[in-house]
Amino acid sequence: MSAQVEVQTFSFDSISQEAVAKAVALYPPGKQMSAVKALLDIAQRQMARLTGVAWVPQAAMDAIARHLGVAPIRVYENATFYTMFNTKPVGKYHLQVCTTTPCWLRGSDDIVNACRSATGIASFGQTSEDGLFTLTEVECLGACVNAPILQINDDYYEDLDAVRIEKLLDGLKTGGALPPAGSTIGRQTSAPIANQTTLLPANGQAE
Amino acid sequence: MCLVEIEKMPPRPQVACGMPVSDGMVVHTDTEMVRKGRRGVMEFLLINHPLDCPICDQGGECDLQDEAVSYGRDYSRYDEAKRAVAQPDWGPLVKATMTRCIHCTRCVRFTAEVAGVAELGATFRGESTQIGTYVQKALSSELSGNIIDLCPVGALTSKPYAFTARPWELRKTDSIDVLDAVGANIRVDARGAEVLRILPRINDEVNEEWLGDKSRFSVDGLKRRRLDRPWLRENGKLRPASWDEVFEVITARMKSVAPGRLGAIAGDQCDVESLLALKQFFTALGSPNIDCRQDGAVFDSSCRSFYLFNSTIAGIDEADALLIIGSNPRHEAPVLNARIRKRWLAGGFTAGLIGMPNQLTYPVEQVGAGSGAIKALLEGTAPFANILAAAKKPVIILGAGMLARPDGAAIHSAAWQLALKYNMLNAEWHGFNVLHHAAARVGALDIGFVPGEAGKATVQMLSGGVDVLWLQAADELDIAAIGKETFVIYQGHHGDAGAARADVILPGCAYTEKDGTYVNTEGRVQYSAMAVKPPGDAREDWRIIRALSAYMGYALPYDTLSELRAHLAVLYPIFSVENGFHRFAGTSITAPAGDMTAMDDAPLTAVFPNYYQTDSISRASPTMAACIAAHVPAAAEAAE
Repeated sequence: MSAQVEVQTFSFDSISQEAVAKAVALYPPGKQMSAVKALLDIAQRQMARLTGVAWVPQAAMDAIARHLGVAPIRVYENATFYTMFNTKPVGKYHLQVCTTTPCWLRGSDDIVNACRSATGIASFGQTSEDGLFTLTEVECLGACVNAPILQINDDYYEDLDAVRIEKLLDGLKTGGALPPAGSTIGRQTSAPIANQTTLLPANGQAE
Repeated sequence: MCLVEIEKMPPRPQVACGMPVSDGMVVHTDTEMVRKGRRGVMEFLLINHPLDCPICDQGGECDLQDEAVSYGRDYSRYDEAKRAVAQPDWGPLVKATMTRCIHCTRCVRFTAEVAGVAELGATFRGESTQIGTYVQKALSSELSGNIIDLCPVGALTSKPYAFTARPWELRKTDSIDVLDAVGANIRVDARGAEVLRILPRINDEVNEEWLGDKSRFSVDGLKRRRLDRPWLRENGKLRPASWDEVFEVITARMKSVAPGRLGAIAGDQCDVESLLALKQFFTALGSPNIDCRQDGAVFDSSCRSFYLFNSTIAGIDEADALLIIGSNPRHEAPVLNARIRKRWLAGGFTAGLIGMPNQLTYPVEQVGAGSGAIKALLEGTAPFANILAAAKKPVIILGAGMLARPDGAAIHSAAWQLALKYNMLNAEWHGFNVLHHAAARVGALDIGFVPGEAGKATVQMLSGGVDVLWLQAADELDIAAIGKETFVIYQGHHGDAGAARADVILPGCAYTEKDGTYVNTEGRVQYSAMAVKPPGDAREDWRIIRALSAYMGYALPYDTLSELRAHLAVLYPIFSVENGFHRFAGTSITAPAGDMTAMDDAPLTAVFPNYYQTDSISRASPTMAACIAAHVPAAAEAAE
């Protein structure tokens, strides 16, 4: 039920304060509540920046409620509704596997299994023993063309298979940085994997 | 569940609650299509609803159960796992079994909109949606019990009443609440000799459909610490006695002292009948020493509008500016406070407060803490003066607690002058309101239960001012100040402060045990009804006085309640009409007597330090004690 209160106090630091002011200014006076999701995101990013763990402790939600002048429960409602906000601490790398139909058809089960075996996590929602990874099942990430998808923190890793996942996660485990986001097979954005098949020149040959 | 079929609409069930009414619309509420649609919705509602009706307190008065009787299938096609959630703790009053919740969010809306304490919300989403507080906490609203009534299923039930009774076993009696002066309309549910619960009745003029937690949950105080037989003090100790014995002792005592040395003080929950009997009894004895203001208030009550909530409770809906003087309506009349909040939500309304800041459920402009602020408003120098001056229908709410201050009469008069200055008194509008917190007070003032000529008021009766002091269920006065030699007769229903000091105890009735007349703070005459018999040898209060008067040879001129009421109606015409009520215009040119300059600048502190225990019934209630422990930890510690 209640979030693990490991953080007793929370206040926006100077970087966040600037972003908060900008977000709140987007809405007319009296409608500051509209900025609640932006503020939750700012708080989560501040936690990632300062503690290395991207989550929103209850203290942060209370601080946001005070800042916006609303009842804390209104902030709790928002924070728990959106899966993008972590109300419990997560690992340094938050692995969000899409298992919706297009990804599943393209082999998301393999991705999930590979993530499990590479990190030692038994089931969704858990964090690996080394605290590096949290595995979450998410609904459609909206990048079905390049299915299957794994979102790590803010970035999408596309066109995955078990082998590439393991390589990716092994790299992270040994302290490597996150590789560039996007397709892992070198595809340009979401262009066809093979040759150009549409919008061909008049002679029918790809350029 | 509100699916209907509407002619000339697409041939499918329409959602009635979301369909604007239009001209010439023909709506069918019971066709094959409607029944089929509702059966479908019912099946969805029951997907996650547990089948624990046999162990659920809502059984028998459950909306979902009723709908299932009409539209439920005879078996379930659902064989997946059902949703189940942990049982949260919402404090000592509301028992939340959220597995039964169907997510209608009525409780969320009530706490946020009516109670004004946004503590409930819908967290998580979809299948995982949970109605709750998210963080573990007790609901802090004084109106939290109403969400039990609002909940259509058994998700929110009464914690003290859990597993006590089924609704069809209960005897239901319409009555009036006396734990505050609003006079909320209630229904008393009893089984055998025991009152099991109290629910609000709808009266849009008074309590709408709400009831404060103290009024609702103090019922367990009605069967504890009761005085169920006469008691007599012998050698410093109380011993059980018979009615004859105590009458004999009282008669001997009362006849042995001069009439001017007899006195009577009435408590806060007395019915008008017993007060009239007591008044006439004392008049017959020749004593002018009677007072219904046990808090020691002395003010001009010669005119009814001086002490009433003249704008009326429903009149708050019309007001556009409010000045609260020395009151915390949230504690003194939570239902009325909800009304003020409703008015504030409607917009175009400003509230100001003179007194100690407190957490009301609407924004309040702090005008000042002491009577200096009243002076500033009279002179027009305070910023709030502009708001009052610009308002069309401004009101003042003067806390009755202020009248009990040494400078009560001065504040009374100054508040009246404020009303006069800011155009609150005219033919269409009477904006001078006294908010009482004692249910008996207005009725007692109406029948003139105040010192007669050269009579002694409460303060003079204490400290040995009288030799025989009759406490009519009066517990909230300074008992320690009663003179050591004073012979105290206590007539009441609870073994509280007054009974502890008494030399003779006459066991009377609590408000659920007698047919009584009460007048609420706006002057509305209402009737409580006997829901259960009084315990043991206890008798209806007016009968005790009538019996004693006959014993002493001054028999009062009525033998039955109807005779007494007829007598009352002749003497005081306001009681002659059923639910008698008169809304005053503010055209009276007289003002209450009182020297405004005598105001002292001590802060105007509201009268109740806490909401939950303010009278002998709520002090005897374990539920109210649990509320104190949950919400006012400091007071709970002090009590131990």
